[in-house]
Amino acid sequence: MTGRVAVIRLAAIALLAIAWEVLARRFANPLFVAPPSATLVAAFALLDDPDVVRALLAALQELAIAFVIAVAAGVVIAVPLGLSTFWRGAFLPLVLGLYAIPQVTVLPLFVRIFGLGPPTKIAFGVTHGVFAVILTVIAGMRTIDPILLRAATSLGATRRQLIFNVVLPSLVPSLFTGMRLAMSGVLLGVLLAELYVSTTGIGFFTQAFTNAFAPAKLFALILLLATIAIALNELARVAERRFSRWRT
Amino acid sequence: MTLSRGLRQRLVQFACVAIVFGAWQIGSTTGALDPLILPPLSAIVVQLGAVLRAGTVWADLGVTLAELAIAFAFAVAIGLPAGFLVSRSRLAVRAFDPLIAGLYAVPTILLYPLYLLFFGIGPPSKIALGATMAVFPIVLSTIAGFTHVNAVRLAAARSMGASPVQLFGRVLVPEAFPVVIAGLRMGLVLGFLAILGGETLTSNVGLGHEIVTMAESLEPAKMFAYITVAIAAASALNALTSYVELRGRRHERA
Repeated sequence: MTGRVAVIRLAAIALLAIAWEVLARRFANPLFVAPPSATLVAAFALLDDPDVVRALLAALQELAIAFVIAVAAGVVIAVPLGLSTFWRGAFLPLVLGLYAIPQVTVLPLFVRIFGLGPPTKIAFGVTHGVFAVILTVIAGMRTIDPILLRAATSLGATRRQLIFNVVLPSLVPSLFTGMRLAMSGVLLGVLLAELYVSTTGIGFFTQAFTNAFAPAKLFALILLLATIAIALNELARVAERRFSRWRT
Repeated sequence: MTLSRGLRQRLVQFACVAIVFGAWQIGSTTGALDPLILPPLSAIVVQLGAVLRAGTVWADLGVTLAELAIAFAFAVAIGLPAGFLVSRSRLAVRAFDPLIAGLYAVPTILLYPLYLLFFGIGPPSKIALGATMAVFPIVLSTIAGFTHVNAVRLAAARSMGASPVQLFGRVLVPEAFPVVIAGLRMGLVLGFLAILGGETLTSNVGLGHEIVTMAESLEPAKMFAYITVAIAAASALNALTSYVELRGRRHERA
């Protein structure tokens, strides 16, 4: 069964690629559509172009920084809120209200404040990732076994010990869930900002390739970015699976 | 202190909002905050009134919502049949469900430069982006809904001689409905965000486009008025669809 599943999946992907290749070669306008073969060739060529590589590396760096800030800030905000039902009840509606704002509408404001460079992209990534961490960590704290807390308190644990020896270790599984969600949020935020700013970075190249009617290069750049996105998402998913195993 | 817990929590919330808005208003009127970035709240409220009275904002909102409606129609027309077909074979579900879920994790916005190349900067590229965004939750929820149909009900209907049409209309659809409608709602809300995003990135019409134009022409108060409208529209869409979803589910249980 598993073998057949893999065969069907691969066959479907191969069929799509062949259909795309044939349609692109025979019917499509080469100014707008590139076949997969040309896209692959262009992808390797792009990886030889130092300017494109620099833009990709800059984006990766922004992703990494935004991810770290989003996770750290999320934990720092969530843990105090999760420790007290009063403060959780008071602030959670505010957090949810902020989360409901379509953030892309304030993207021009981010550019105005942080400029055209990496700070805008990092900041936009952080605001897209932080909410997932806050919400999953708060949810995780609600499921901490109260007996553990009571046992630690009655054994004379200080508040500090309680946080570092009981609360934080039991938060690890939900933290990794939050990190997986934060990863997809950060990807969205950083890529939105990268595409919005067309004078530098990836947005510059997508715009340039579009204006030059160079679809193979454009397809290739998108392919490279999608590969990065898939790899990062998979990394977060594998980490989550690995670190939530000892939950039970 | 005899105030109830809930009331004290409301007070904290109110105080937070009051402090943020108060600091904003004072900061921007005294010049501590750059009024070109954060204009005084009072100016935004005045602009919001003017914008709503002038009425052009309704045309912009109309463009965005029309794009959403067309995108959603495409997503439903593709997503429901595709999801249903995949759900009919256990092999197909196992082969395609993880594949579709994996693709769903790729930021859809990456396709936007391609759509711009194919369809230009007008509404069609936003429609394509919104449809792509919306189709994934619809397909996935349709697969989930139709694969988790209660086997006993299905067997009972079959053994009583239900025709395929009856089976579909009386058993499969009602069983899948609550899951599918959740996916439809998700698709609509995400589609709206994607279309706003597309309009903000590159466009010549729509709410997102107007916000960028005002940001660039240094009319921050008007920009915030438009952002307020966009937030209100998103909240309204969210509330409306969750109401419809809830009604749909309740209707189903009855």
